[in-house]
Amino acid sequence: MPLLFYLSSAIAIIATIMVITRYHPIHALLYLVVSFLAIAMVFLSLGAPFAAALEVIVYAGAIMVLFIFVVMMLNLGKETAAQEKEWLRPGVWIGPGVLTLVLLMEMTILLLAPPQRAVAMAVVTPRQVALSLYGEYIIAVELIGFLLTTGIVGAAHIGKQKKKSLHRFLQA
Amino acid sequence: MAPISAHTVLIVAAILFILGLAGVLTRKNIIFMLISIEIMLNAAGLAFIAAGSRWQQPDGQIMYLFILAMAAAEVSVALAMVYRSIISIRHWTWKI
Repeated sequence: MPLLFYLSSAIAIIATIMVITRYHPIHALLYLVVSFLAIAMVFLSLGAPFAAALEVIVYAGAIMVLFIFVVMMLNLGKETAAQEKEWLRPGVWIGPGVLTLVLLMEMTILLLAPPQRAVAMAVVTPRQVALSLYGEYIIAVELIGFLLTTGIVGAAHIGKQKKKSLHRFLQA
Repeated sequence: MAPISAHTVLIVAAILFILGLAGVLTRKNIIFMLISIEIMLNAAGLAFIAAGSRWQQPDGQIMYLFILAMAAAEVSVALAMVYRSIISIRHWTWKI
């Protein structure tokens, strides 16, 4: 299991670096799918098979399909890649890169402080998750249901084709 | 092989989060910024899963579920807004 963890976390980090450096949106999205699948393997190696299945189904399946649909409907292709190449010069990314690297070094130093605890190699089963989810967390489940309903209604309302209404001064 | 330390998982989550943050700060295209936000949310979920398996409790996975649902709702609304705005900008420039 440790080998699986180290291997898949290395793949996840490399794929994520590729995501944030690509110019073409579709290439970035495909690398992001690779990254999500690798993170699903990390979840599996940490003893969370339910979360791994949900990562593959919801993140790599549903959310990425949404992104790819929008990129294809907007026909973002070579022009977007050329524009990204124009925008992503070293003068643009070197400042934020150095700042985030400093932040990462601080977090790593804090996390490498002495008391290291090993992750237990037992699996948290979907049964335990379900019992806790529909027991003590039932209010939160209902609130998440509200949130998803709001998201659906909001997306449908925003995406609806509205009739153009010009101001009366602008009408010919 | 040595067992996985919980701090190692947290360092991996921190690296992924920092990569997403760098993406948000560097990119100017809205699609790439949304992708980077997804990376950051996923890294937060990884930290929750690590905590849940450190203490052998299901709460970490439950928090991950909530992050997942929130990300799905956020991405649907954000992509609808991006679609509307880009279509309307194109329509406007085409008319001029």
